[in-house]
Parts: sequence; C-alpha cells; structure tokens
Amino acid sequence: MYTKSVAQLIEGLRGREFSSAELTRGYLDRIAALDSQYNSFISVDENAAMAAATAADERLASGDAAALTGIPIAHKDIFCTDGMRTSCGSRMLDNFVPPYDATVIQRFKTAGAVMLGKTNMDEFAMGSSNESSFYGPAYNPWDTKLVPGGSSGGSAAAVAGLLAPAATGTDTGGSIRQPAAFCGITGLKPTYGRVSRLGMVAFASSLDQAGPMAHSAEDCALLLNAMAGHDPLDSTSSNTATEDYCATLNNSLEGLRIGLPAEYFGEGLDSTTGECISGALRELEAQGATLVNVSLPHSALTIPTYYIIAPAEASTNLSRFDGVRYGYRCDDPVDLHDLYTRTRGQGFGDEVKRRILVGTYALSAGYYDAYYKKAQQVRRLIKQDFMDCFEQVDIIAGPTTPGPAFAVGAKTNDPVSMYLEDVYTLAVNLAGLPGMSVPAGFVDNKPVGLQLIGRHFDESRLLNVAHRFQQATDWHLRTPDAIARGVA
Amino acid sequence: MQWEPVIGLEVHLQLATQSKIFSGSPTTFGAEPNTQASAVDLAMPGMLPVLNEQAVSFAVQFGLGIGAEIGKRSIFDRKNYFYPDLPKGYQISQFEAPIVGKGSFEILMEDGSSRKIGITRAHLEEDAGKSLHEDFHGQSGIDLNRAGTPLLEIVSEPEIRNAAEAVAYLKALHSLVTYLGISDGNMAEGSMRCDVNISLRRVGTEELGTRAEIKNVNSFRFVEKAIRHEIERQADILDDGGRVVQETRLYDADRDETRPMRSKEVANDYRYFPEPDLLPVVIDDAYIEAIRSQLPELPADKRLRFTEQYGLNKYDANVLSDSRALADYFEAVVADCGDAKIAANWVQVELLGQLNRDERSIEQCPVSAADLGALISRILDKSISGKIAKQVFEAMWQGEGSADDIIAAKGLQQVSDSGALEVIVDEVLGANAAQVQQYLDADEAKRKKLVGFFVGQVMKLSKGQANPQMVNELLAKKLV
Repeated sequence: MYTKSVAQLIEGLRGREFSSAELTRGYLDRIAALDSQYNSFISVDENAAMAAATAADERLASGDAAALTGIPIAHKDIFCTDGMRTSCGSRMLDNFVPPYDATVIQRFKTAGAVMLGKTNMDEFAMGSSNESSFYGPAYNPWDTKLVPGGSSGGSAAAVAGLLAPAATGTDTGGSIRQPAAFCGITGLKPTYGRVSRLGMVAFASSLDQAGPMAHSAEDCALLLNAMAGHDPLDSTSSNTATEDYCATLNNSLEGLRIGLPAEYFGEGLDSTTGECISGALRELEAQGATLVNVSLPHSALTIPTYYIIAPAEASTNLSRFDGVRYGYRCDDPVDLHDLYTRTRGQGFGDEVKRRILVGTYALSAGYYDAYYKKAQQVRRLIKQDFMDCFEQVDIIAGPTTPGPAFAVGAKTNDPVSMYLEDVYTLAVNLAGLPGMSVPAGFVDNKPVGLQLIGRHFDESRLLNVAHRFQQATDWHLRTPDAIARGVA
Repeated sequence: MQWEPVIGLEVHLQLATQSKIFSGSPTTFGAEPNTQASAVDLAMPGMLPVLNEQAVSFAVQFGLGIGAEIGKRSIFDRKNYFYPDLPKGYQISQFEAPIVGKGSFEILMEDGSSRKIGITRAHLEEDAGKSLHEDFHGQSGIDLNRAGTPLLEIVSEPEIRNAAEAVAYLKALHSLVTYLGISDGNMAEGSMRCDVNISLRRVGTEELGTRAEIKNVNSFRFVEKAIRHEIERQADILDDGGRVVQETRLYDADRDETRPMRSKEVANDYRYFPEPDLLPVVIDDAYIEAIRSQLPELPADKRLRFTEQYGLNKYDANVLSDSRALADYFEAVVADCGDAKIAANWVQVELLGQLNRDERSIEQCPVSAADLGALISRILDKSISGKIAKQVFEAMWQGEGSADDIIAAKGLQQVSDSGALEVIVDEVLGANAAQVQQYLDADEAKRKKLVGFFVGQVMKLSKGQANPQMVNELLAKKLV
C-alpha cells in the first residue's frame, strides 16, 4: 500500500480496496514507528488526521468525493494551518498556532486531502540541507548519514521514507527541487504566481513559490491541480488560466526541443551525476526529442544576485517577528530595545541571522544602488537569457544539483559551499520560471535529479516530459532497501 | 538682521475609504482598541496586502484637483523601521514613484488676496497604530485599529513664507479635499496631520538655511503658533551667530514651544525598496478621464463663478465657497428667493453668526436652505421688514416652523393697508401736538429730524409692522 502512487491510492479508495481511515492510520503508524530515524515531521495531530479521514470515507461512501478525497498528505511547516502549530522550523514560531489556513491548505481541504502533519524544514526555509531547523536536521532515507536537502527536507524525506504518499514544499532558490533530487522523488516548483502565497510564511516574496513533492510526475500533476489558481488575496498570484495538468501527461515527445545550457554541464558538476543526466537525456532523445546546445551567459552571476535579493527581502519580511504580538518573546525584557534584541537574538538561528544581516546591509543607504538595485538589473539579464533560449527550445534540461546528497554536518561551517549547492536551481526562481526535479539515476546508491525548466506557465509541458520519462524508467519507483524490506 | 522664513508642509491626509488600504478592516474612528485589526493589520505570518482601489481613485482625484501629473506606473515601497505600533516592521509607502506628481493650488489670505502654492508630490501609504503609554503601569499598550488606514502624504514646495500663509495653505487644502470628498479633513480626529519644515535665510538671498522639522502639529492654531515660535527660536540662534541644527522637533502645545525629539527616534535608515508583495499601480488615460469627468466643481472655480454669476464681491465669494456644503446651501437659497445679494448677506451674517454661536457646522444647521429662501422672499415681497425678518429667523432657528407659519402665528405681517396705517399715523400726530407744531414752524433740516421722530413713533405703535415707505407718504400728506 505504501509504495502506491497517489493515482493508485485514489483508485484504491474509490474501489473500496481500503478506506481513508485505514490508509491514514497506516501512515500515522509508520510515522510513529520510523520517523525517529528521519525526523521528517515537526508536528503530527493523529486525532485531526483520523477525523479528516473518517469524514473523507463518508464522502467517498456517499459518492461525493473530490479529486483527492481521503488521500493523506504532509505539509511543509511553512504553511499556516488553522489551529495547528506552524513553526517554520524556528524557535521564533515554536509556540505559534495560526487562526487561519494558508490558501494552499484550504485548497487541499477543498480537494478532500487528509493532512498527516507538518514537515521539518530549514529555519524560515533558509538552507539547503535541513540542518538549520530548530527541531534538528531531517535525515535522508537513502542513508541517514546524509542530508535530505533543503529547505523542504522534511517533505522529501517523508515521501522517500514512505511516511506520506505526497507532500507540499516551497521553493525560493531550489528548496523543492534540490531535496527532491537528494531523496529520489519528483518535485515541481511552479511558475511564480501560479500558486497563492497567502498564509505561507514569507522568506523572499518575489521568489517564493509552493509546489508538490511526490513519487511521480503524475502525482505532482494531481497535486498541482488542487494547488494552482488565482487568489485575489495574493496580489502577485496570476490570473492566467490553470489547466488540467493530468490531461497532457501522455503527449508524445516527438519534435520536442530540449535545450542543454553549456553552463550547467561544465566545471563543478560531479562526473557520475553528469553521466546520469546524459543517460536521461538519451532516453528523451529516444522518445523523439531533439537536444539543442544553448547558453545562459549570465549564469555565473546567479549566486551573487540571488544572495543579494533573497536576503534583502528576507531581512524585512522577518521584521514582524519582534516578540510583540505572537511568537517567541524573551523573558523579562527591561525596555523596548531589550525586547527586540533578545527576542530576535534568541528566537532566530545563525543562518537566519546571517541572511538578515546581509540583507539589511544590501538595502542600507549608500549601498542600495551598488547591491540591491544592481542585483535587480542583473536579474533581468538572467531572465532574458532564458527568454532567448526559449526562442530556440521548448524546455531546458540539466542536473538539479552539482552532486548527490552530502553528509550531515559536512557543510554546516561553510555557508558559501552550502550556497553553491543551489547553483543550478536559483536562476529559475530569479526568472520566475517553472522547474522540476525528476529521479534520473544513482551515484553510489545516492539519488540523482534531472532538472527540467519550462516557459512561464508551461507546467503541463514539464509534467508531460517527466511523465513520459517515468513511463520508460523506474528511477522514481526505487525505494531504499531497508524501507522496501519494511513494507514488503 | 532680517531673516526670511522658508516653510514647506507635509500633510498626512486620511482618506475616507470604508476599509483600510491593504486589508478589509473598517476604518471607523473611535472603536474599542484592536477591534478593527485583521490578521493582515496584525502582520500575522503569511498575510499579504491587497490594494484598496478606492484609495487609488481618491489619490487620483486629488492629483487632478491640483492639476498634477498622475503617475502612470506608481510603485509601493517598504519603509523599514522597528516600532511596536508598526506591526510588519515596515510601512508600505511610495518613495521613488509616487502616484501624484507636481501640481499646485490657490490659497486665500485673510485680506482676500490669493496666491498659488506648489505641491512637490503626493503619495499613498498606510498609517501605523498607536502606542498608549498611560494606564498601563510602566508598560505600553498598542492599539492597531489605525494600522493600515490609508493616508495621502501631500508635500508642498518650500514656498510658504509665514505662519499666516501656512494656515491659509492648510485651510485651502482642507477645503479642496472636502470638496472632493476624499477625506473628512477632521483635524481633531487626526484626519489631517501636519509636519512643518522650516528654515531661515537672509532676506534677499536664495540659498536655503538649515531646516528643522516640526512633527505632528494638529490644528490650524497650533500650526500658526508652532511656526511663530520656531521662527523666533531660529532667528535668535542666527542673530547670536549660532547655527541651526538639522533635527526633528515636537511642538508642545501646553508650553507653546518646540523641542527636539530624542535622537533615537529619528536616527533611521529606512532602507526603502520596492514592496515585492504588490504589483506596480498602472493607471491608464481612460481611468484618469473617467475620474476627471466625475470631479465636482472645485473651490477656485466656484469662487470665480460666484463673482461672475451672482455679482458677489471677492470676499463674499470666498466666504460662501469655503465649504461645498455652505456653497450648496447658499445656491439653494438663491434658487428659492432669486436675489443673490440679499441671500449672500443673510447666509454670511445671520446664518453663519448663529452657527458660530451654537458651534455647529453647516451640515447641522436647523434651518433648511428652502426655509431661509422663503423667509427672504417675504422680505422681497414686502410682507415683512428686514428687522422683523431677523425676529422670524430667530424663531425658525428655535424650530417654531416655517417663515410663513411664524409670521402668521405672531401676526408679524407688514401693515400696508393705508386705512389702518392712517389710523395709527393720526393717533401719533394727535398724541404729539407740540412736535407737530414744531414741525410746522421748523426749517427743512429740522423737519427731517422730526419726520424721523414721527416714523419711529408709528413703528413703535405698530410693533414694527408698519410699511415704512407708506408711513412716510402719509406723514408728508398730513403734515401741512
């Protein structure tokens, strides 16, 4: 049951092979039994989950089921959940129980999904290894000595460890795609504006985007169907019409032009990872796609540009955490200054503080033009690179990450080498494009992700390519041996 | 040494929208603390601003009202600073690309003269909440009802030269925005708050001196006093050869002085940058033209029309167009009675006098324009004299009914019946035989005086209701 895809679970529920209560109970039991190894969940409310499952079973019985009725899903702990703690991986919000649902949560409720719990993440989504979480690192189910990636590391580990059939994540610079790659699952970052940001704790407003994380492209399409759409309460959400993302999954790849940016296959790419990507590209070629060499000439500027813009926005987005209205407050403040400094000093972890400092600096009088303004100008050039490529090709492909998952603790003292993990994913956020990571092989039993990048609002095409690839390969169906033995 | 003050005003105008600028919370004044603060206003995690279109429309109306260029693509920025009544840790404002560009409007001085004052810009922003320092035993309370209330910050050019002009500027601005209906302009409730930038320079020089900013001066009177005080303070410093420090000062109305704010409160780098949660506000010509076509007649146009259409002098036109409600009232009275000059006189003297005495606004006037028009009509058709009319007006003010009801009930109708008047005249002449004899013996000059005496006696006897013209005619006929 736990190796079934969401699509299969929907069939199973409708065919009465099992009930949502049985399914949900099963996942909750697995979480209780196994999550001490992965630390993928921050909060689980078994009673609420079982109540939702029972209600779902009633809807199923009455023939009133919505698209995902009865399907258990894990949500990244960045989405506000009415009545359930939303920590964002931070001490700052350890005691925060929102009185409202994020639009994403609301949409999954409307679609009938059952929330299993809230997954671990880097603090305020700042990190690439899930090691900055106040709740401790999450661990990679393929090898618990490895990081699961981040910031949506808990969601990726939960899906890879078969503790949830699917999960939500958010991606500001690779936070869905990189952990998906490290954990051997499929993850989609939609076009900026495709999914509402309302109720999602903000990291960098112009880059943040929520998306699905699951075993397959088909499952991602099912989840995206539930998540996507205009939200009048998010001014940056798009009113471009949504599509049925499942409808075109099986389209032929005949004639598809795939661009391979030289900059994504050069120095810095692990050679075995590169071979996995080449293998995947050959498979797509075999299905009729054409590979075209392209260039993204401003790629070298991606990391510095991102690490100006994202911290700048973050530095002010996180100003609201001041100990005044909600969240962590230091003990016995003597005055306002003391309240601010100790609350924020104690409530935020090192990586968050580092980015607040960097961002504050970048926006300061006298530095704004040299840093933030310049970064925004370069951002337009980076976006233009992609637009130019999409004149020649339909999608862009390359590795999601330079190499596979690294060991827990290997990079915690070297922030810059950690930032380099996102070298292939950041530009997609800067350009607002949709991007996916699809399992494409293994390096020493560590998963490798193929990244696919599409035109704005062309999620259907990405899912179509990923699905056709997954019809011909089984990388996405692999399960870590220990886990496979456990569920066998 | 002669110093010339250079003054610029920044007015924070609260816009009269139903809901806040970025959330659906109501903006009603005076509600219980924190009852009008939503999750957005409280800056709860994940909450996002959504721009209130009405606030944009009001800002554009203001821009058109001062002949300004409207920003076709205006941008909201974050102004970052920490304060407990600023929930997000930043204020959403506009910095580089405001919605309203350069414009100007006319101000009127007490002596009836007028001049144009330039407006540098006006931009939209949200208000902060309020910190309450009393009643919390050493702690502070925070009321976020006001957080997110839409403000239009209107920045004048430094073209104001004295306190009287500053007050005239604020009055003209108040008149303009209430004409437009974009703000209630209520200074006591903080709908119009004023910061004053002021510096002195040697008379005849162009270069600007160092300025001080006086924050939150919130009545016409305080603006006048604060400016007078600050000019004196700076002049004293400069006369002594000292230098004015660029700083922010607070006006203390109780002590009638300005003093520096603590430096901690002003040493801010606001780290402005474009608000990524909001899209640029794109305004096209069709939108602007649609608003322009709906604009009401503005004070300056109305003043001009009043002089041309009704033949009013400039002073009367200024007074009567002070507020849209007063101007509308005046025009309704004219429409009813048909005589603009008498209507202007009655509205300015009797009506405004009574309103002042009762401390009421024109909106609270107990006598309708139609009723006042009817009263004036009775003067014009000679049913009553002007003097009696004041008596009738008094009764109308007390709610005793319409002019005609009161005239009838009190028997105040002017007596124009020559038979009835003759009886009274005869009675007066009979009772004052000595004066009649004096009249007959007197020369022209003395006679005039004595006629006045007889008329007075007739009026007295008739309780003021005798038609004076007819009384004169009768006297002339009988005194021979």
